[in-house]
Amino acid sequence: MTARVGVITFPGSLDDADAARAVARAGAEPVPLWHGDRDLRGLAAVILPGGFSYGDYLRCGAIARFAPVMGELVPAARAGLPVLGICNGFQILCEAHLLPGALTRNAGLRFIDRVVRVRIEDTRTPWTADYAQDQEISVVLKSGEGAYVADPATLARLAAAGQVVARYAGANPNGSVGDIAGVRNEAGNVVGLMPHPEHAIDALTGPGTDGLGFFTSVLRAMVDQ
Amino acid sequence: MSGADTVGRAAATPGQPQPYAELGLTSEEYARIGGVLGRRPTDAELAIYSVMWSEHCSYKSSRVHLRQFAESAPPSAALLAGIGQNAGVVDIGQGYAVTFKVESHNHPSYVEPFQGAATGIGGIVRDILAMGARPVAVMDSLRFGPADAPDTRRVLPGVVAGISFYGNCLGLPNIGGELAFDPCYRGNPLVNALCVGVMRHEDLKLAAARGTGNQVILFGSRTGPDGIGGASVLASATFGGSDAAKRPSVQVGDPFMEKLLIECCLDLYAGGLVTGIQDLGAAGVACATTELAAGGGSGMRVDLDVVPLRDPALGPAEILMSESQERMMAVVEPGDVDRFMDVCARWGVLATVIGEVTGTGRLEMTWRGEQVVDIPPASAADEGPVYQRPIQRPAGQDALLADDPAALPRPEGGPELRAALLSLLASPGLADTAWVTEQYDRHVRGNTVLAMGQDAGVIRIDEQTGLGIALATDGNGRFGLLDPYAGAQLALAEAYRNVAATGAVPLAVTNGLNFGSPEDPGVMWQFSEAVRGLADGCAALGVPVTGGNVSFYNQTDETPIHPTPVVGVLGVHADVTRRVPVGLRTEGAPIVLLGRTAAEFGGSAWAQVAHGHCGGRPPQVDLGAEQALAAVLTAAAADGLLEAAHDLSEGGLAIALAECCLDQGLGCQVALQGDLFTQLFSESAARAVVAVRPGSERAFAALAARHGVPVQELGVAGGDSLVVQGSFDIPVDELAAAHTGTLPGIFG
Repeated sequence: MTARVGVITFPGSLDDADAARAVARAGAEPVPLWHGDRDLRGLAAVILPGGFSYGDYLRCGAIARFAPVMGELVPAARAGLPVLGICNGFQILCEAHLLPGALTRNAGLRFIDRVVRVRIEDTRTPWTADYAQDQEISVVLKSGEGAYVADPATLARLAAAGQVVARYAGANPNGSVGDIAGVRNEAGNVVGLMPHPEHAIDALTGPGTDGLGFFTSVLRAMVDQ
Repeated sequence: MSGADTVGRAAATPGQPQPYAELGLTSEEYARIGGVLGRRPTDAELAIYSVMWSEHCSYKSSRVHLRQFAESAPPSAALLAGIGQNAGVVDIGQGYAVTFKVESHNHPSYVEPFQGAATGIGGIVRDILAMGARPVAVMDSLRFGPADAPDTRRVLPGVVAGISFYGNCLGLPNIGGELAFDPCYRGNPLVNALCVGVMRHEDLKLAAARGTGNQVILFGSRTGPDGIGGASVLASATFGGSDAAKRPSVQVGDPFMEKLLIECCLDLYAGGLVTGIQDLGAAGVACATTELAAGGGSGMRVDLDVVPLRDPALGPAEILMSESQERMMAVVEPGDVDRFMDVCARWGVLATVIGEVTGTGRLEMTWRGEQVVDIPPASAADEGPVYQRPIQRPAGQDALLADDPAALPRPEGGPELRAALLSLLASPGLADTAWVTEQYDRHVRGNTVLAMGQDAGVIRIDEQTGLGIALATDGNGRFGLLDPYAGAQLALAEAYRNVAATGAVPLAVTNGLNFGSPEDPGVMWQFSEAVRGLADGCAALGVPVTGGNVSFYNQTDETPIHPTPVVGVLGVHADVTRRVPVGLRTEGAPIVLLGRTAAEFGGSAWAQVAHGHCGGRPPQVDLGAEQALAAVLTAAAADGLLEAAHDLSEGGLAIALAECCLDQGLGCQVALQGDLFTQLFSESAARAVVAVRPGSERAFAALAARHGVPVQELGVAGGDSLVVQGSFDIPVDELAAAHTGTLPGIFG
């Protein structure tokens, strides 16, 4: 049986089809989840894709956090379900307090779509196991509110526990504190990432295939269980 | 008693003064309405006619000229729907159809750059959606005054942020466009947006209300008092109120609602729940109801009381003229209404039955229970005034042509040529556009194969077969000024060449015609020449015009902008994996120049940047040579003979080679024959530079010979400098510094 990975569509989600394509490219079966769903249907992992859920009204991710599907996802994530939030998905996971910190306006205050180098610093998560420690990858960053912030105590705790999953390797593109591009929860099953690995799965349409590792990693994690 | 100006009251009070002049109607046009109706119009009817007979909606000054696009169109089996629909539809094979169109939002973008540009994107996307297609990409063609002019610093960042905000939030990749600067756009920037959508042939939708008893449903945003300059006149005239003056005349966009509307419409189409559909753009409900009813040859009854409002104080004329964004109107069979409402509810889209199709042939509307509109819909939608405006070739035209750039001092010797190249590369119109384009999401949907910085945007349509499309927009106001006929053809030729340079076969054309006032005979001469040039050019190249947009009154006081036809060409890639990019990538790959180079500097980038000069004759147009060149480029791409290809346009070979080097950071060494200045900076048309895949040299030479395209072997790719042997060399890093520093230096 193929591993089934859910991709949630909120009103205003935009990269849901891309996340589903990446899941399929990795060899798993993408399953669409709707923001109004109250059942995760036994899925082995869930992705919150990029976009502008609910138009980014109030604050990025602030409304999506209250979607019915989140009522199911939050306890499942706390119980160990692998969850990946990409861009707006990362913002939602922060608003839902599944991940520490928050995402704020880019330094420079403009939206940026740019290919960036990112260093994978934690390969112990179900989403990054296929990468080598400190491997640098090329992925697309595209966001207006991608600057990661957290209070000093949180940052110290993240560093001590190795919860920073990825950092920008070149020039800091958006003012993220400590060049942080992605973090995980303490257990490691929930990962948030500002750049878009789903847009780096094919050299025809992106900067290469460096992003595929996130999706093959979770497939392997599920098979190994 | 509602206080409304009813049909009965209009009939009973023939002499009541009405503010038709403030609404932009002439006394002849006002009298004509009376003739159609057999009485004076009600306020609501006057609102409908004033917007439907406006230049923007009726094309009353341009229509007699635009007929040429249809009359001289080349026979094309690919055209599924043409001029007159919301957008043209083209068959691209494998059961797919593509619809695409350019639209201008020039004036709103000057008044309020952010919302003006944002709603420009929103409007063209709804046009594409209304054809039954899923919108898949946008492009933007932008022209501003001098980059360092204070007002450009106000307008440009706002326009770009508006396009970024709206397009990104819709999830539509922006795959390219243009950015140009010229003093003529100082008080009148041009913001043209293109959208392209994809559907299966059988999904084509038309704007027609047919079937007596079918329900008319308004869905999307509520109707508010935005964008109703004209209706405010009526409101003030009728009620003497002053509040209306404070209302915004530029609409405010909500891209989140539009995203929901897109997905909602596509679900409605998939469910077969729509028999006719129209987007609400300029003139709002007035336009949608009259065009749907006229398109179906039917009648329609509408109850304005049930239109959901943001402001309950709106009267019937304001409801009709409101340009509130993110609204659509559908015609639905009665048995499908419940399912229609279910789909809208799933997407959180407000939908309201506001009327039904009738067999009366009249468009009838009630408000507060009384009849306020009763007109034959075609009289407003299709039978408006048509003007043959006076045409006069401007007196200064000959002097302009005689002002030959041959008299200008030219750079001589290696150091001067080197400096000229760097100065052109750093000029705002040729500099790196990343400051702008990085604000656009070009990756969303995962099908973007080529985007900004390349000759054309390329989108994959079918993941299994690799079928895709290429799109390029081009225009050059300087060429248009010198010779509008040739200028239009040069814009067409450049877009055609750009599409072919990626390996796509050019198929169809859209246009955005930006001109000054049609009441100026000199402008009308420019317009008529440009349309004639474009129609003749399309016929010669075998690519039909499928639709477009005319924007008049682009001028500051008495000074019109340069005639600026923006031409969009759509091409087809049988297999997008065969696309050819701009950048050199292999050391030793031979670099070849295709086409003939003559000393042509009229309207050139060099003349503008080095001397602020625009005079003489634009480059010679040779459409046969363009066709041959395109045939070579597309065949070579299909056979995998090329590593890179780049069209030659502004700045000539010098800028083309620099861009080929900059794309991947690989240099080249070339040897040029004859006058180096001409070789480097002439803007002769029908040329491209290519890098041949090593091993394919003979096959490529044979292909070019077969099509009669002149070939000049220039040198090879490689190294870390652009080297013109015997003259100068420039390290790629130095090229990059010149290219990338300009716009961030101005805009921060």
